[in-house]
Formats: sequence, C-alpha cells, structure tokens
Amino acid sequence: MTYSNPYQQQWPNQPAPAAPVVAGWDDPNRGGWDTPTAAWSTPPSRARVNQPRSGEHLLDVRDLRVEFGTRDGVAHVVNGVSFHVDPGETLAILGESGSGKSVTAQAVMGILDTPPAVVRSGQVLFGGEDLLTVSADRRRQVRGQEIAMVFQDALSALNPVFPVGWQISEALRSRRGINKADARRRAIELMDMVQIPAAAERVDDYPHQFSGGMRQRVMIAMALAMRPKVLIADEPTTALDVTVQAQIMDLLATLRAELEMALILITHDLGVVADVADRITVMYAGRVVEHADVHTLYAQPAHPYTRGLLASVPRLDHRGHGLHSISGTPPNPAAIPDGCAFHPRCPWAQQVCRMTAPTLVRIGRLDRASACHFPPEALDARLA
Amino acid sequence: MPVLPEPILRVENAVKHYPISRGVLLPKKVGAVKAVDGVSFELRPGETLGLVGESGCGKSTLAKLLMRLETPTAGRAYLKGHDLFRMRAGDLRRLRRSMQMVMQDPYTSLNPRMTVADIVGEPFDIHPEAAPKGNRDQAVRELLDQVGLSPEHANRYPHQFSGGQRQRIGIARALALRPEVIICDEPVSALDVSVQAQVVNLLERLQDELGLAYIFIAHDLSVVRHISDRIAVMYLGRIVETGTSDQVYLRPTHPYTQALLSAVPVPDPTARSRRQIIRLTGDVPSPADPPSGCRFRTRCWKAQPRCASEEPPLSQRAVDPHPSACHYAELHQVIA
Amino acid sequence: MSDLEMAATSELGVRPSADPSAGPASTARTRSLTADAWYDLRRNWIFWVASALVVLVVLMAVAPGLFSSADPTACTTRRQFAGPSGGAIFGYDFQGCDVFSRTVHGARASVLVGVFAVLMTGVIGLVFGMLAGYFGGWLDAVLSRVVDVVLGIPLLLAAIVLSKRLSADQQGSGIATVVIVLGILGWTTAARVMRSSVIAARSQDYVAAARMLGAGPLRIMWRHILPNALAPFIVVLTIALGTFIATEATLSFLNIGLRPPAISWGIDIATAGKHVRESATPLVAPSVFLTLTVLAFIMLGDAIRDAFDPKLR
Repeated sequence: MTYSNPYQQQWPNQPAPAAPVVAGWDDPNRGGWDTPTAAWSTPPSRARVNQPRSGEHLLDVRDLRVEFGTRDGVAHVVNGVSFHVDPGETLAILGESGSGKSVTAQAVMGILDTPPAVVRSGQVLFGGEDLLTVSADRRRQVRGQEIAMVFQDALSALNPVFPVGWQISEALRSRRGINKADARRRAIELMDMVQIPAAAERVDDYPHQFSGGMRQRVMIAMALAMRPKVLIADEPTTALDVTVQAQIMDLLATLRAELEMALILITHDLGVVADVADRITVMYAGRVVEHADVHTLYAQPAHPYTRGLLASVPRLDHRGHGLHSISGTPPNPAAIPDGCAFHPRCPWAQQVCRMTAPTLVRIGRLDRASACHFPPEALDARLA
Repeated sequence: MPVLPEPILRVENAVKHYPISRGVLLPKKVGAVKAVDGVSFELRPGETLGLVGESGCGKSTLAKLLMRLETPTAGRAYLKGHDLFRMRAGDLRRLRRSMQMVMQDPYTSLNPRMTVADIVGEPFDIHPEAAPKGNRDQAVRELLDQVGLSPEHANRYPHQFSGGQRQRIGIARALALRPEVIICDEPVSALDVSVQAQVVNLLERLQDELGLAYIFIAHDLSVVRHISDRIAVMYLGRIVETGTSDQVYLRPTHPYTQALLSAVPVPDPTARSRRQIIRLTGDVPSPADPPSGCRFRTRCWKAQPRCASEEPPLSQRAVDPHPSACHYAELHQVIA
Repeated sequence: MSDLEMAATSELGVRPSADPSAGPASTARTRSLTADAWYDLRRNWIFWVASALVVLVVLMAVAPGLFSSADPTACTTRRQFAGPSGGAIFGYDFQGCDVFSRTVHGARASVLVGVFAVLMTGVIGLVFGMLAGYFGGWLDAVLSRVVDVVLGIPLLLAAIVLSKRLSADQQGSGIATVVIVLGILGWTTAARVMRSSVIAARSQDYVAAARMLGAGPLRIMWRHILPNALAPFIVVLTIALGTFIATEATLSFLNIGLRPPAISWGIDIATAGKHVRESATPLVAPSVFLTLTVLAFIMLGDAIRDAFDPKLR
C-alpha cells in the first residue's frame, strides 16, 4: 500500500481543479517558488474603496505578542501576529479554539484584562498612531469612536435593565453630549439602518424582548453609533441559526460597503468566510500560518493546516464517504510544540519542522504568504 | 425494491407540551409551550436518520423524550416493540440498554470527579447483568481502544482531555451496553472544525462495525448531509419534510427546507455569485403560540389564505415521491 | 487506501500518547480537580498561617500537657493577680489561677464544641440540602420553609431557653448542651448552600447521562451530585466551626453555656471581665486565643473556597 495523503483526494463528482490561479503553480517550467509572477487571474478585492497612501494602512498590526500567566505557566497566546486592513475591505481572521484570534482582537481593541494578559511587544498602528503606547484617554477615545466591536453573545453583551434605544445612543449622549430627544431619534435611525422592523416602536423595548438575530442587530447598531472606521466582529453569527446567520452576514457586508468601514471578521467558519471576506489571515497556535486573498486561499491553499482545514469541512454540494480529518488536536497555548507548531499534526512534517519554526514567507506575489518550510509546489510534489 | 427490515424504533405522534402557569400561591395553567407537537418517524437497524431544524424546533426535546429524560405528554414510541412512553421504571431500565445518547457538550457531559475508567465503566455498575463476565477493566480498555483513545489514559480525569477526546469518552460510555440505537444530539457542534471530522468519521466507523442505528440531530446541514441516510426537517415542533438524504437535499419541496438549504454557507468563494439565498424574513414564532394552519406561513413567500386555515398534512406530493407538509409543494433545486 | 483505513489512520494521531500537542495534560499523570485545588492551596500563605494556628489549637486541646505542666485548677488567692513567674507566663487571675495554663486547657472545650457542633450541623444540613435540592417540588418547598422558620429564631434567645431547659436535666460541664443548641440552630446556612449546589449539579449533563444509563436516585446522588456539590459545603462548615467556637464563648460568657468547673475561654473571659478594673491582664490571653482560633478557621475556609473556585477571586 503506497502512502497516500488525505488531503490529496478530490471529492467525488468534483470537476478537475480549475486552471491554477497563480501561473506556474503546477507549471514544471516555473522558476523558484518565490519568484513573483505577473499573471494573476484573481480579480482584485471587491470593495477596495480608496487605496491608502503607499505603505500606510488604516489599521496595521505588527508583530503582536500576548502572554497569559496561568497555573500551568506562561501561555503564549499570540506569538507575533501581523495584519492590516484598509477602508472598505473585509479581512477574515480564521482560526480554531486556542489559535489566539479572539485575544488578538481584544488586544487591538484594548479590552484585554491585564493581568493575567500581558502585551509583550508589537504595534497596533491606527492611522499611523501606535495604540499600544498612547495614553489611556486617547485609547478610550479611539475605542468605540474609531474602532468598534461586535461580540458573539449579544444577550450577555447587552445590559438587561436598559431599553435598547438607550443603550444604542449611550455613547452619543456621553461622548457627543447630544440631548435625549436627538439621541432617541438617532437610535431609531440606527435601528433602521440595521434593518430592525418597526424601529420607532421597538426603541424602548428591552433586550430580552428581542430574538437572537435582532439582538445581534442591536449590538451592531450600538457599535456603529459613533461611525467607526474599523468594525471588529468576533464570531458574530456563531450563536445564530443558519437562516438568521445569512441575514446578519448580509447586513454586515452592506454596512461595510455603505459606510466604507474596514471589517475584521473573527471566525472559525470557513463557509461564512468564503461568502464575505476579501482577504484571509489564518491563525494557528498564536501565529499567522497563511495569508492570502479569499479566492487564492480556497483554490490553492499553501499551508498544510489550511489544506487540512478545507478538506475536513463537510459540504452540502459534495457527498463523500469518510471525511478527511487532521489528526490530533490544536495545541494548548501553554505548551506549543517546538519548531513549527503544526508539525505534530502535519502529514508533510520533516526533521526541520520539529527543529525550527518557519517564518511567514511571501509566495509569488504581494500579499500572499505562508509559514511553511516547504513551498506549495514542494508539498504538491511530495504527494505525486 | 428490496424488502425493508422492520423498524427498530417507531415513534407515533410524540407530543411534549410544557405548561405555562401564572400565579404564585395557586398556579393556574394559562397555556403550553408546544415544544414537540405530533412527530412520527421510523428508524431501521443500521441506518442514520438526520434530524435538522433551527433552535426551538423541538429536535433536542424529542431526543430527551426518547431517552425519557422528559415525560411525554402524548404519543407512543416503540423500541423493539416495547412502548418507551408507557413503560414502568424497572422495564425501562432494561430497555435503556438498547438505546443510548451522545450529548452535545463534551465539557459538561462527563462527571469531572470521576476517572475515565469510572465513567466508561459506570454502565456496567448500573447493569450488572449486561457487564462482561470477568475483567471489567479489560472491557473498559477495549471500549477506549474502540473509540481511538489510548487505554493507558483510563486513570485520568476528563479535564485532562481536549474537547474531541472528551467526546470520544462520551461515545465509549454510550457504547458500553452494546446498544442498537444511539441518539447523537449535536455531537460535533461544540468541536473545532479540524476535530469535527475525526468524530464524524469515528461515528461512521462504529456504525459499520457494530451495525448501529443513529438519530443524528444537528443544526449543521452539511454534517447531517454527510452522515445521514434519511432526513427529517423540523419546524416549530413538527416534521415538515422527510425523505432520503438525496430527496431532501437535492429535491426539496417544502419552502422551509429550501430556505434552510440555501442559507448554508458554502466554503467556496467562487460560489458567491452563483448562490441564491432565499432570505426568510422575521424570526421563528413562539412555540407557545404557533400560527394557525401551516406553521411556516408567517415567514413563507408562497403563503395563501388557505395556509392560514388549513394545516397541510405531511404527505407525499405530486412533484416528488417523498412526504412534505406544504399545500403548494414544488420542486426547487437549491444545491448546485 | 480506503476511506475507512484512512479514518483509522487519523484516529491514531489523536491518541494522547501519540499527541505531544495535548499540552500539560500529558505530563501530569492523574491530576484530579481535588489535586488541582491542593496545588493552589499549597501556594497560598493564608492557608499555611491558618493551618498552623489550627494545628496549634488542636494540639492544645489534645495534649495540653505539652504546653503547660501547671494544673489549671490549682488556684490559690495568695497569688491573686500575681505577675508572670516560671511557667505562668501570663501571670495569675483573680482566683490566683495560672492564666496560661487555663488558656491552654480551655482549647479543649472550644475544639470539642466546634467539632461536634459542625458534625451535627453538617449531617442535618447535608440531608436537608440534598433532599430539597435533588427532589425539588413539594419536598423542597416544605424543607425550605423549615429552614426559614429555624433561621427566623433568634439564636441567643433560643440558646437561653434551650440551655436552661436542657441543663436542668443534666449534670456536668454543659458541652453536650452547647453542642445540641448550636446543632439545632446552626445548620440552616449549610443546608441552603448544599441545596443550591445540589440544584446546580443536578442540572449538569453528566447527571442526565447517568439517568439515561438507568442509574437510580441513590447512585446519582452519591456518585454524581455529592462529589460535585461538596466543596462550597465544606467551606461553609469550616467557617461555621470558627463561629461556633465564638458562639460557645459568648454563651459561656453569658453564663448559659459551659459552667465551672469546666475550663473554657468564654468562662475565663467572663470571670476576668468582672474584675477588669482591678487587673485587665487576665482578659488578654483567652481573648487573643479565641480571636485567633476563630480567625484561623474563617481564613482556612476562604482559602479552600479560593482553591476550589478560582473564579471567585
């Protein structure tokens, strides 16, 4: 029996892979794997509204490191994460439990509990200003006004003893100092904007009088009250039913385009990501293991983890027998394996993977990178 | 067509109403939450019935009824010919050996103060007559091995395992008494994507090896599609459409099924433009006060006056030979 | 390679032995929750201070001879209010008794009252809490009303009445009387805590799992609920032990608890209190010991609670 790799098998009934997105992917005549190639058939990101000045992004996170002190020692939860996002685009941060995706978001928002968390190093550049070093007052100002966040559990994120309209307009009243009547009118406008039916009648209702999907809309309205430039949505639809999930994702996409916001979508759901993201950052064990635009990532995943993840998702449109699974479990942040954190679960792992941690290396062209010792061609070749 | 084997489980018109009462001193019944309101289905040996629906549709309550964690309000459920709903405690205890359940949350379904060996071996303590003759430890080790856990870890406690491993422990406990039916209530929804596939594969392998029949309850339609032979779609306490996996997924005739399937995100960005999501407006109505006639009519784009007055029966429709509870059932392919 | 074999191959990888990514779990052999709590306790200085005090007091109760060779009942008015001399490091009281020796010997009464009263309240509280919490319904309603009624009785008033009634029937030091009084009146908090943690444990999935396996109520209560509901109960009882010792002293001080010739901190505090204008020094030793002992048990209870439930910190 020859060794065959789980990720190699194609789904039954699936058409042969489309023409490679990157020229030279399967091209034997292609040069080094790191050579930039001109041919790039993926259309540019859908919703780039305005290109930022060269080299400067709206939000630019660089080499962020966060640790937690725990009973079992120091947990390295975020280990040098970098990403950036520009107005009008959606960046998805994809990861499983323990990947550090939520902690990353919390560190960017500045809502980490310290202790136990410690931000060891890194920069969170917002409009060129490092939010990790500014004063607490300035930080508070940015939080909510410039960067807002939507959480997974809308029920616990809303205060049960205040009407939703009051909560939506709270920031407007306390920060902008607008009067009660205006605040109420503004709350109704915001509720209209997030498509809550009969907003004028429901503005004085309490959170428990809303359904899960409607509560999520209330929370989005709350986050948008100050017209933030960046909206971070942490698993915004995980707790919702599929029919409601689709509604909320639609709403977020529409709002992002209308308000020219940058949307950072933190999620574990490959399906949701495929529907709305422009670019994807895949995290594993507190590191970015792959970064690419959405079409490339799904069509030609570079990192073994991304490949495994995509292969292990059951799909409605393919009915196979036996799902391909990644062996093992995601590592505990207090005991991340040496070398490449994914090596114990990786079918391609070699001695080098156990010894040294790979760095995020650009593949082909700008804005595509993978943290694997082996270029995608080498991985493909090993399967052949 | 081959002769189908006798169903191992036959549920007839199962009903569970939770009374709503008002008043502190002398509580008075003012209504009822109709969590499960007349559900019938059959399960044959070795097959998997997928039960799908959104939260509040009654799928988990149905599981609790079948396991007799809740007392049914009405109906019958014959497990190997014995009516589960009308069984006395002693007989029920014996019958429980034939049907077990794997629960959703691997973190709360295992007693944190018991070792894995105690958890997996407990069924033998409760049913000494079903315990293996001789070495109990040996039996526990074999069970752990069967679910892909190292027998050396029998002395550990649940909190020392990851979610996926805990779910395997739960499966081993359910297998101990050699049941013929296992109810899986959202068995993978609390797990990471990369671990979900391991557990689904394990369940499939065990089914092949042991000839188990599964009732697989999940809200993730992709997982259900993957594992199920037959599907029942539930909405507000009723089954609205049922059939083989291909019938329900490829040729859905009930508008709710069509909407549900169209909303499932597809992990393929190229499908964005091709996909047509049927957007349902509004939310699921309260099961305490379901709409008259067809329960789905308040969110249905095809609703007619007839839908409010006349409840559509779950019966075979002309468009495709599988039962669907819609007056205006028509074929609409959602999945490419 | 078939899909089935493939699934099996991937199963292999998940076995903890072959899975270095399982984290600290794989290094610890069998660490139960109790072991985890003990690990936390060991690093808590409050726990060590409290334990040292408790050990000291218990030693005094078991073997007072280790600390003082003087006879606490050998009193002579010749030494009334005499200063420290020899073994009598705290001097002598109004009756000329060795204060240090009396304090050491007084520990026994306190510890006896505390331990037996806690045992009694523990048994009553456990049974009431378990039955009310597990069965719920009308049984819970009845038992909870009983708790409310007992809780409504003013402790001091009831103690006066009860001890008068009980001590009329018996001779001796009155330790049994005090234990009965405290036991009858002091179990309500323990019962309430037990009831609520039983209710919390009862709704856990693992209890449902046991029911689905066909386990009876006794097995469920004993194997699944009790071990998971015990921690807060133990904490309450530890703290109660301290307060019972304080209450015993109060009752003895008011002359409705222990009676001479019994030796007790409460009695000594009462006697010294009567003569505080002549000399305050005999008041100090029993008061300090009483306070430290009560404090030790309360701190011990807090430390145990922290260890069992780190979220409360």
